[in-house]
Amino acid sequence: MTEAPHEGAPGTAGPRTVLAYLIRRLIAVIIMVLVVLLATFTVFYMLPKWAGQDIAVLFAGKQAGAEQLEGIRTKLGLDDPLIVQFWDFIKGIPMGRDYVNGSDVTHCPAPCFGYSFRTEAPVWETLKDALPVTGALAAGACVLWLGAGVLTGVVSALKRGTIWDRAAMTTALGGVSLPVFFTGMIAMGIFVHNLGWVEIADSLSTDDSIDVWFQTLILPWIVLAFLNAAMYARLTRATMLEVLGEDYIRTARAKGLGEVVVIRRHALRSAMTPILTVFGLDLGVLMGGAVLTESTFNLPGLGLEAVRAISSKDLPVILGVTLCAALAIAITNLVVDLLYAVIDPRVRLG
Amino acid sequence: MPRVSPKRRLTAGAALVVAALVTTTACGGGDDDDSGGGKGAGYNASLNKVANPSKKAGGTLRMVGKQDLDSADPQRAYYGMSWDFMRFYTRQLVSYDTKPGKESTKLVPDLAESTAKISADGKTYTYKLRDGLTWEDGSALTSKDVKYGIERLWATDTITGGPGYIRQTLDPKGEYKGPYKDTSKDKLGLKAIETPDDKTIIFKLPKRNGDFEQFLAMPAGSAVKAAKDTKAKYTQRPFSAGPYKFAEYKAGKKIVLVRNDKWKKEADPIRPALPDKIDVTISANLEENDKRLMDGDYDVDLNGTGMTQSGRVTAVQKHKNNVDNMHTSFVRYVALNHNAKPFDNVHCRKAVFYATDFAGLQQTRGGELAAGEIANSTFPKAVPGYSDYDPYGILARKGKPDVAKAKDELKQCDKPSGFSAKLTARNNNPGEVDTAEALQAQLKKVGINVSVEQLDGADSASITGSPSVVKKRGYSMQMSGWGPDFPTGQGYAQPLFDSRFLMENGNYNESQIKDKKIDALFDKAIGETDPVKGGEIYKELDKRILDQADWMPFLYEKNITWRGSRLTNAYMSDAYNGRYDYVSLGVNQK
Repeated sequence: MTEAPHEGAPGTAGPRTVLAYLIRRLIAVIIMVLVVLLATFTVFYMLPKWAGQDIAVLFAGKQAGAEQLEGIRTKLGLDDPLIVQFWDFIKGIPMGRDYVNGSDVTHCPAPCFGYSFRTEAPVWETLKDALPVTGALAAGACVLWLGAGVLTGVVSALKRGTIWDRAAMTTALGGVSLPVFFTGMIAMGIFVHNLGWVEIADSLSTDDSIDVWFQTLILPWIVLAFLNAAMYARLTRATMLEVLGEDYIRTARAKGLGEVVVIRRHALRSAMTPILTVFGLDLGVLMGGAVLTESTFNLPGLGLEAVRAISSKDLPVILGVTLCAALAIAITNLVVDLLYAVIDPRVRLG
Repeated sequence: MPRVSPKRRLTAGAALVVAALVTTTACGGGDDDDSGGGKGAGYNASLNKVANPSKKAGGTLRMVGKQDLDSADPQRAYYGMSWDFMRFYTRQLVSYDTKPGKESTKLVPDLAESTAKISADGKTYTYKLRDGLTWEDGSALTSKDVKYGIERLWATDTITGGPGYIRQTLDPKGEYKGPYKDTSKDKLGLKAIETPDDKTIIFKLPKRNGDFEQFLAMPAGSAVKAAKDTKAKYTQRPFSAGPYKFAEYKAGKKIVLVRNDKWKKEADPIRPALPDKIDVTISANLEENDKRLMDGDYDVDLNGTGMTQSGRVTAVQKHKNNVDNMHTSFVRYVALNHNAKPFDNVHCRKAVFYATDFAGLQQTRGGELAAGEIANSTFPKAVPGYSDYDPYGILARKGKPDVAKAKDELKQCDKPSGFSAKLTARNNNPGEVDTAEALQAQLKKVGINVSVEQLDGADSASITGSPSVVKKRGYSMQMSGWGPDFPTGQGYAQPLFDSRFLMENGNYNESQIKDKKIDALFDKAIGETDPVKGGEIYKELDKRILDQADWMPFLYEKNITWRGSRLTNAYMSDAYNGRYDYVSLGVNQK
């Protein structure tokens, strides 16, 4: 930050406290992710077992003999206690892992998030392909919605009661209440099938050109942004209205500051804190896979992978996607907490 | 009442108008009947005849599907659509004829010069390979490659998922441990198959099996080149012996096949190999897939499971010339578990037959076009064994129930006021839960109180397919669908009704029938090498099952399938359960 009106103010954290804070938070993130994983692991690997179902059958397919099932159990370690299986999984992430049944060895190189015996590929391969798609979807959409949402919200708050405000808020209400698969299908109906303005690629990979990515993602961005921008517009409007009624805004105006400065430096800044909180959560959830958007537009991201994995009971992939989602939420929240201190100097880290 | 300002009312009105406009434009898409470049060949033009016959080569065949192949490895695939698709890049000793309808179930030589020379005792099958057979690297395809491919089926801990017929027939005791544990130098240690030279292959069966050639026609009987066998990973890049080879395969996303220039047309009498390229997209959004089929972005649905409800309405109303109403050889049924009381009593089972409103179930699943015809026999019409035997008068009453007879059967079962039962239905099978709930309402009228238990279809092998889990959870009725692995009584009915197929996991004898007479009928029919005589025995078996009310079929499935206007040589194949015969398809480039 170039401006320094609050420099040296009591409570501003020094670099050492920030570092200590960061380390503490990172440890908390790791613990949280482990707990989420353990819960997922229990739900998918242990509950069926306790209910008398044999997980090996999932991997074996039709017409599996007893000997074959036994082999699969040994190979995947399905008979080990929960904690041993869990430890093997965690250990595989940095170390890689071998699935062994006698002479039959399947190697899963580090980072090993498990091995999908449906696609005969390490889960990491799947995640590696899906992450850029989900990342691009989330990044584009959140820039759009944050920009559009906050702008609309501020304008609405400043022009409260006008036709502008009413129209914006009605549109916003529509945005919040229309589900993505509805707006998505309509958007595709108009822009892809009727007008033919955009061409959606059958699939996306890092080999495709930027143009292909842009054409394929532009509708999902807009649809997703429409949904979320609406919420942000309403949220921004509400907090802005609240802040604009505060004493310090009156003071700022009274001491002769220009309206733009009042809005930008004083009002918007403090109105941003709650918005940022929500934004951190939303972005995290989105990074974990926008299931509806990705299924509607057939974007091969984490969300679609999750749906696919769940419907075909591909347990290792389910676990991998869950891990990604948990990490995304934890990390974006950490970043948001750090940003608080930047935006609002009253916030202390520690 | 709060006052609404005129301004606000105006805004709301405007929003409504906008929404209405948006909706109508979106739904109005594709009015023209010749979408997708050209007119369709006509309603049902692919049933029992060839739509748009053509020999023109070139172009890209574009397929779309919700589901990927279960495996691209020929020895590991079990889905009908995978078997259909695999003829692009795999070859077997014999295969199904590339002719429409029922003629498709005839076996014709593929790698072999002719169908098998069978010894008088029916236990030795000898084939001679054709000249000019090659792999995609140009090397010669030999009888040893055929043997090696088949041997892979024995590596049951790695090569999972495929059908076990060949293995169970040639090596019922499981003595061979598969090529990966084979200590012989050439990994060809399976004794039941002999390859005296590169052109000859001999199968020695311990026991007769009239359907043995049917087993060899499945992709499980495909040749695999040992040097190119990547074991479990073979599914990622199978090595081609057919007219196309893999250019790209991303599981669950995309398959691209291109011409295999080493394949020789003169050494392959079956495959016309018309398109230059085959492009498959896997996309989860079924409605969108249907739209893009109708837009002409894709030519055909890979899965062949019919269009969605919204898709088929538009298709039938506006583009009827692009529609085929396929029968799929699938039978929708309810298994009545003999080990769950009171279904151990035949009269209680019969009560269900009489109380069921078959026409109602048909309506629930979407009517005659989309759901199928009311069933009387346990066999589908395409499998020998089907007859018009109708002991409960279901066809005679046009599917309507006979409540008086149902109540009479309940009395004979000592349950005059009815009983309770638990019915399972798969919640990821479109319409199945609705159908189960319809049945629930129908049976309630005679006092049979059914509770519907929803299950995930992916779990079927370990839940409804496990008699101990079924017992623990108290399931007594199971709703599902079944189609033949190959079009004979053995390929269709044996897993369903033979007591020796009652398994601890992956069980399909869901009624848990233990009837010595039925088992004996199967043995007799399987030993019969004349398919006509075999069919008569299966008719007898079907009658027995129906008389005992063991298993209640209710629909012969049909679906509405889209045939893209660019498609040439499109016909429905009974051998592939009412899908188009993919290997014959071509495209008009427009």
